[in-house]
Amino acid sequence: MDLTPHLPALQVIVPMLSAPLIVLLKPRGLAWAGATAVALLSFAVALNMAIAISDGAHYRYDMGGWAAPYGIELSVGAFSSLILLIVTGAAATALLAGRASIDSQIEPDRQPMFYAAWLLALAGLAGIAVSADAFNIFVFMEISSLASYVLIAGGPNRRALPAVFKYLVMGTIGATFYLIGVGLVYMMTGTLNLADMEARVGAVDDINPILVAAGFITIGLALKAAVFPLHVWLPNAYTHSPHMVTVFLAACATKVAIYVLIRFDFFVFQSNFDWHGSHFSSFLMPLGLLGILVASAVAMFEGHIKRLLAMSSVAQIGYIILGASFVTQDGLTASAAHLFNHALAKGGLFLAIAALACHYDDLRLDRLAGAARSMPWTSAALAICGFSLVGVPGTAGFISKWLLIDAALDQGPFAWLLVLIILASSLMALAYVWRIVETLYKKPAVVQPSSAGEAPLELLLITWLIALANIGFGLFPQFPLNLASAAAELLMGHAL
Amino acid sequence: MNLLELLGYFNYWVFAIVLMVGLYTVIAKINLVKKLIGLSIFQSAVFLMYITMDKVEGGTAPIILKGMEGNVFSNPLPQVLILTAIVVGVSTLALGLAIVVRIYESYGTIEEDEILDAD
Amino acid sequence: MSADNAIVLALCVPLATAAGIQVAGRISDNLREAVTLVGAVTLAWVVWGMLPALFAGERPAVMLGELLPGVALAFEVEPLGMLFAALASGLWIINSVYSIGYMRANQERKQTRFYTCFALALAATMGIAFSGNLITLFLCYEILTLSTYPLVSHKGDEHTVRSARVYLGILLCTSIGLFLPAIIWTYHVAGTGDFTLGGILEGHIDGADIGLLLALFVFGVGKAAVMPVHRWLPSAMVAPTPVSALLHAVAVVKAGVFSIAKIIVYVFGVDFLFAAPSANWLVFIAAFTILAASLVALRQQNIKRLLAYSTVAQLSYVVMAAAVLKPLAEIGAAIHMVAHAFGKITLFFAAGAIYTAAKKTEIHQLRGIGKRMPWTMAAFTIGALSMIGVPPTAGFVSKWYILAGAFQADNLVAIFTIIASTVLNAMYFLPIIFMAWFAKEPSGSKDHGEAPLLVVLALCLTATLTLGFFFFNGPVIELEAQLFQGATQ
Repeated sequence: MDLTPHLPALQVIVPMLSAPLIVLLKPRGLAWAGATAVALLSFAVALNMAIAISDGAHYRYDMGGWAAPYGIELSVGAFSSLILLIVTGAAATALLAGRASIDSQIEPDRQPMFYAAWLLALAGLAGIAVSADAFNIFVFMEISSLASYVLIAGGPNRRALPAVFKYLVMGTIGATFYLIGVGLVYMMTGTLNLADMEARVGAVDDINPILVAAGFITIGLALKAAVFPLHVWLPNAYTHSPHMVTVFLAACATKVAIYVLIRFDFFVFQSNFDWHGSHFSSFLMPLGLLGILVASAVAMFEGHIKRLLAMSSVAQIGYIILGASFVTQDGLTASAAHLFNHALAKGGLFLAIAALACHYDDLRLDRLAGAARSMPWTSAALAICGFSLVGVPGTAGFISKWLLIDAALDQGPFAWLLVLIILASSLMALAYVWRIVETLYKKPAVVQPSSAGEAPLELLLITWLIALANIGFGLFPQFPLNLASAAAELLMGHAL
Repeated sequence: MNLLELLGYFNYWVFAIVLMVGLYTVIAKINLVKKLIGLSIFQSAVFLMYITMDKVEGGTAPIILKGMEGNVFSNPLPQVLILTAIVVGVSTLALGLAIVVRIYESYGTIEEDEILDAD
Repeated sequence: MSADNAIVLALCVPLATAAGIQVAGRISDNLREAVTLVGAVTLAWVVWGMLPALFAGERPAVMLGELLPGVALAFEVEPLGMLFAALASGLWIINSVYSIGYMRANQERKQTRFYTCFALALAATMGIAFSGNLITLFLCYEILTLSTYPLVSHKGDEHTVRSARVYLGILLCTSIGLFLPAIIWTYHVAGTGDFTLGGILEGHIDGADIGLLLALFVFGVGKAAVMPVHRWLPSAMVAPTPVSALLHAVAVVKAGVFSIAKIIVYVFGVDFLFAAPSANWLVFIAAFTILAASLVALRQQNIKRLLAYSTVAQLSYVVMAAAVLKPLAEIGAAIHMVAHAFGKITLFFAAGAIYTAAKKTEIHQLRGIGKRMPWTMAAFTIGALSMIGVPPTAGFVSKWYILAGAFQADNLVAIFTIIASTVLNAMYFLPIIFMAWFAKEPSGSKDHGEAPLLVVLALCLTATLTLGFFFFNGPVIELEAQLFQGATQ
């Protein structure tokens, strides 16, 4: 049987149906093996589709054989395929690398549940990416959110609990806002299928409900995406969650929300309303710029290494939003490329931190001084990913910085201000990354590691794999870049 | 817009007011359980909005029976959607309460300010 | 071996050497140093082997791949880069000999890391020299910065780390904050960043933007140490002396002025820039740097810091010569890169030899040292005379060409600056020479002789080169005369 046309459905169904089975796998290690196998399978599916899509294919799938707009449609194009790669890749690498780390943070009898939640989060995030139906996106968003609340709260750190409560409240408000927006659009158009909405929304007589809907949807998703200043849930949630969960979620959770935001705005509104482009950019560009500046500045003075990187994530989300707010082909390409490259850099950084955490209980920066002496390989990988975050040439981060500045230069009279802000925040990123590197390499040790030597081999290998990928995609960025520019073309093609 | 027209939007006024009551509760209350109650009210308001918009004047429940094919029905789709949304809301509430229980176990309080002080 | 392959080889040899050093360092020190020497000699052989092709008018090129559409990683050999590569690779051999003597005599720690980073820095230098477009130049430029950081912070104590932070901070901030936007701007308006004879910007940019873009480039290339972004150079003097000698007298700083010269010649185009009034400021800022740095050098007590400020001044000679925007002056700029390299590496070698043998770092301690270390001080004297520009040393040749170019352009500022700085150079070098040879050594000072043989051997070699270049500079001038073939007709 040829499974190729069913790939979009398999992307969601495989992890979702495996999750309850994983709960049954009590023997130690089996649950991990099962979850990892499922995640790898999902990654293989995503990669398979991405390769076909970069050759020009486009996947459409009608659930249960009911044709759109009445049935639920799944659709995977360049943009969603990029997101799928990030999501499944992050889930698979974190599981593959993280057995020792998870063993040390989650009690054995709760592990099957933990892995089940992991797969549900994966299914939800992948579901968002493949759905072509506004309400379906909401459902998957809530599946992934509920599962990730569980994941974050699953660790031994009690501070994760208030953090996750805050995340739950803000996340639910965001999702509900989105639901209100979808309801309003449905009220005016009578459809939930995104493509159908696009076709019908232009014919609506009274524009006011659509305006309100655009506002609700944008703000709701911005909450989920941690766009500054709606990011307050993010730093603590990332800081106190189990290390591997941070790897997984930091690489992809907020990006999926950005994906929905961009996709909804460009597919449904941008193509139909002249005013939307200027509304979109005049609302999001200042937020993006503020996020870049403020979050970078806060990160420079942050004392806890995970919190520092979490703040840096907020700044990087600002970059992605900024690129999209240009509403140009180049800007969207930069955004999409940065989605991918930032996932690589941040995923690598958090993997390296998970490796450090194997021997250092306290992850405050001053306690990590001199760690490079006992863990040279981990520290080197951390430095490489850090440079990618800064955008040093030869790393993946440089490519997206280049694209973003190139796109910003087209922005008329304010181009110089934009370039200035991007560069200033790159320098701030340099400052905080350098603070980490110098602490690890040059400061005298304050705390002796709990045991000498490097992190577990598989964790180290995967961390290095990601670090090398940062360099590899910095020198040969064609594959993600093709997807990114195809995604931008798709988005702008809808916007005309 | 005259008074009658304003009253004609009665359900939507209720939706907006209930929505704001819920949101205010989430923001203003320090007690975590009360916050969750507020969140629940907030979500319920949206259910009301969906149910309101599916109502067709003179429409009955969308069940097709023999001999009644000509009847006017309410739009069944929002009802289905909102059933799903209710399920989502209930799960969120359950998970939220579970987290509150665990917070109480490890902090001994469910007042937000006291939790902040504890760390 | 074709010249195209030679480019790739020139990049790979230092990388392979670095890997070899890492492996050999685990086995034995002697083997590690043998690998370094073999690597250095091989690199010089490869690079110098390209010379005949270049004299024949060929421009070997190789393209590694495309980063973004229109933005490729490409290498191309042209006279300016060839000169720089030949210089750096040749001096690497001598420097390796010196390093072995110095590092052993001073019992420095972590020598394997030292030699590895040195080889990596050379790989980056080769990349800069042969870069075929702006993005490749930028990539190698940043690798050079990062790979020299461990060398500068080699000692590892708090003072060193702080100075190294200044070094890295200034170089990275200027490159990311100014150089990168300049590059992206260039690609944005011109659609390409390839180094092309006659420039690529003509017709794409005009008015005050030219001056602004030039400023972004000149200050963005922090390695050229044009004031006010020169602070990193004195800070970098905390490095072991071989690093100061090869990197901060030759490879790193020359990478800076080389980049500026290359950008002026191949991105802006000499004639285009000459016709742009908004670009005039460069001569003034370079002249200011020369004079100010010389004045600061006058007040220095530490030998290496004095040499550092002298380097800042000499680098701006190259920048000023390039900014005079006449072919003769561009050739002068290229020759000054060579002349200053020979002279300054000799001076640093001598300073390191004095530190190794006598543990002396301050100028006032040098009284009468000429009698104890005659070879070292003779070499020091030759180097210093070259800095002043006294014949028969290399410094005279380059000053001659720069002056000729300045007269060609009727650039009075440049002429005045050269004369004034020659006086200043004499004012801070001659007293040292006089003190070393003719002053009486204070009684009760430590008894010492010359530095280890390898050290002395290396500095005598470079002193000989300094003298030799005065007489045998024909091939270099011939090579650089090709710089404008086809452009100024």
